[in-house]
Amino acid sequence: MNNTPSPPPASDAPRRTIDIVNASLKRRYARERRFRRLGAFAVALGLSFVVLLFTDIVSKGYTAFAQTYIQLPLNLSAEVIDPSGSREPATLAAANYTKLIRDALRQQFPDLTERQALRRLYALVSVGAGDLVREQVLAEPALIGTTPELWVLADDDIDMLVKGNIDRTAAPEDRRVSDETIGWVTQLEQQGRVAKRFNTIFLTHGTSREPELAGIAGALMGSFYTLLLTLLLSFPIGVGAALYLEEFAPKNRWTDLIEVNINNLAAVPSIVFGLLGLAVFIGFFGIPRSTPLVAALVMTIMTLPTIIIASRVALKSVPPSIREAALGVGASALQTQFHHVLPLALPGMLTGAIIGMARALGESAPLLMIGMIAFIVDIPSGFTDSATVLPVQIFLWADSPERAFVERTSAAIIVLLAFLFLMNLAAVLLRRKFERRW
Amino acid sequence: MNKTLLTSAVAVAMTLLSGQALAARDTINIVGSSTVFPFSTAVAETFGRTGKFNTPKVESTGTGGGMKLFCGGVGVDHPDITNASRQMKASEFENCQKAGVTEITEVKIGFDGIAIANAKSAKQLDLSLKDIFLALAKDVPDSSGKFVPNPNKTWKDVNSALPDTKIEVLGPPPTSGTRDAFVELAMEGGCNSIPVIKALKKSDEKLHKAVCGGVREDGAYVEAGENDNLIVQKLSSNKNALGIFGYSFLDQNTDKVQGSKIAGVAPSYDAISDGSYPVSRSIYFYVKNAHVGTIPGIKEFVSEFTNDKAWGPEGYLADKGLISLPDADRTSVAKSARALTPMSKPE
Repeated sequence: MNNTPSPPPASDAPRRTIDIVNASLKRRYARERRFRRLGAFAVALGLSFVVLLFTDIVSKGYTAFAQTYIQLPLNLSAEVIDPSGSREPATLAAANYTKLIRDALRQQFPDLTERQALRRLYALVSVGAGDLVREQVLAEPALIGTTPELWVLADDDIDMLVKGNIDRTAAPEDRRVSDETIGWVTQLEQQGRVAKRFNTIFLTHGTSREPELAGIAGALMGSFYTLLLTLLLSFPIGVGAALYLEEFAPKNRWTDLIEVNINNLAAVPSIVFGLLGLAVFIGFFGIPRSTPLVAALVMTIMTLPTIIIASRVALKSVPPSIREAALGVGASALQTQFHHVLPLALPGMLTGAIIGMARALGESAPLLMIGMIAFIVDIPSGFTDSATVLPVQIFLWADSPERAFVERTSAAIIVLLAFLFLMNLAAVLLRRKFERRW
Repeated sequence: MNKTLLTSAVAVAMTLLSGQALAARDTINIVGSSTVFPFSTAVAETFGRTGKFNTPKVESTGTGGGMKLFCGGVGVDHPDITNASRQMKASEFENCQKAGVTEITEVKIGFDGIAIANAKSAKQLDLSLKDIFLALAKDVPDSSGKFVPNPNKTWKDVNSALPDTKIEVLGPPPTSGTRDAFVELAMEGGCNSIPVIKALKKSDEKLHKAVCGGVREDGAYVEAGENDNLIVQKLSSNKNALGIFGYSFLDQNTDKVQGSKIAGVAPSYDAISDGSYPVSRSIYFYVKNAHVGTIPGIKEFVSEFTNDKAWGPEGYLADKGLISLPDADRTSVAKSARALTPMSKPE
């Protein structure tokens, strides 16, 4: 538009076309180069943002996969833990393991006697350390009667101190950990009793208000159940709808209307589906709140348009000759679809479904309305157990004041991104492997 | 082959779903305020750790949303306890009654203070609620009583006893509960101390509400995000700025920031606990008595919450930032809570 053709040169002989082309050639090449460069720049800019995001998250989050433990010789004497000698799990579970840990800590610092100072000393280990030792003893009753050197979970402040997130050289009033505590930790470190070990709690436990005890297993299972049910519901319905609309439905005003509506639904903000779920599934059908079941129903409605649209595109890309050949040798319309068209379109449909699932995995807005923003410690074991999902867990942790939740938030994001990456990779691989070109 | 597989899968799924859905609930369901959420979850977790009962499920729905769910009715579909950062309203109580939720136990658990703080290196301010209103309101009355956009640029413009520094206050955005409480406690308290506005309450309540609740948008009040930690950080790098955040964050960062005195009272644990610090509110939870006995563990949960080990001044909730009730109140509230004494209709 900007180059309005200049008036033809008024001069002498008529110019030949080739001259005009040659004259403009340089400009046209330059324009193409410019466009390519802009494109490359756009890609580079996008990539650099992705790299920035990933480095930021990974650099903040990777430390959460290690957790500080303190090695203490625990006196697991049979008289204390199992006075009757029966080795019954109920008796073993009832023993006071926290006291054993505290005794062991006091042994390390025998000069401390004052009650307040001892309380501060006991704060070196996590409030959940006793429970973890109990699990260990229950799993390995042979430990009873011995004094094993066990690794005891440290408190989150100590964890932050050991990881260097609390500056030991700062003025005492500028940090959360007192000089006294740092002295104790340093002494334990010199004895080699402090170590960072792989944080299995993060991957095997449900959430907690104590950062050192908080894990993503609960949210992960919640996401798993929700997605599984979403896939089971939305894929058959989506494929069925696409098949009918594309292959069987008469083309008239009604189907046009339906098509427009499906396309519109794909663009509806997800919170709207949450409101719908609240009114219909919880309000009308009485499905319990905060369950993967109700979340999956909402997610199904949300992903259906994506799956239907992708499936219709996949069906469209199957050449008509396949259908004609099948019909030609006497197959019924249904046989044509199920024996010939559907298998060829399936890879495309699966890709669409996986992309829809990936979106559902990262979605949190519709879940606000149906009670998934909740503190749920127990790991869900079914579709009707209370559960939360990964993005919501990330949101809840990001809101917590404890400093150790910063790295755990980032670590949870890493896990979520890893799953999203795997799902999208699966979509690409499926397409590569099964795609047929004609 | 495929068909049988599909049919059996559907059958299994159906039985799984219906079986679980119909079973009686054995986990306490708690809903309500996000302000009480950190305390409620801490108690829930400790309660679950004893191993006798399941860990209660705590949802963060906001006080109003929690009341709505709580007053929805009696039965396993409805929550057992709701948390509230204010007292139950009379209208909510009536809704509860209509839905058959007749006996409700009110448990006041403590206080939540809001601090207005500046960097430790700056001078501590002594503000009145009127100063706060005049500094932060969107519209203030001029000498003739007409409302004009807030002309005050420095604290000295507001009150000649205050220093001649620019008004710059970092606070939470309107989506935050802290902001609501701040507007309600500080701004409204301040604006009612101005006679012109107080008179307005009778003549034009709508305008009164708009004037009292309007926070200026010309840059003197900076919305610094929901994250209170961030506000604390920004204060320590900007000596002239003030910040508004929950008392628990002041308590955690006494090395970096100091709370301004309000009407002569500094925000301290004791001042908030005895009610002399004006910008504080009580927080509550409400128990549905009809569910006690049906849902296991409600009584025990109330006992755990009202135990000094939890809500006492030395308890684990104090570590999470709760300000305990005074000793005498704590004993009496605990007694009536454990006896599940039903509340009467609030005014």
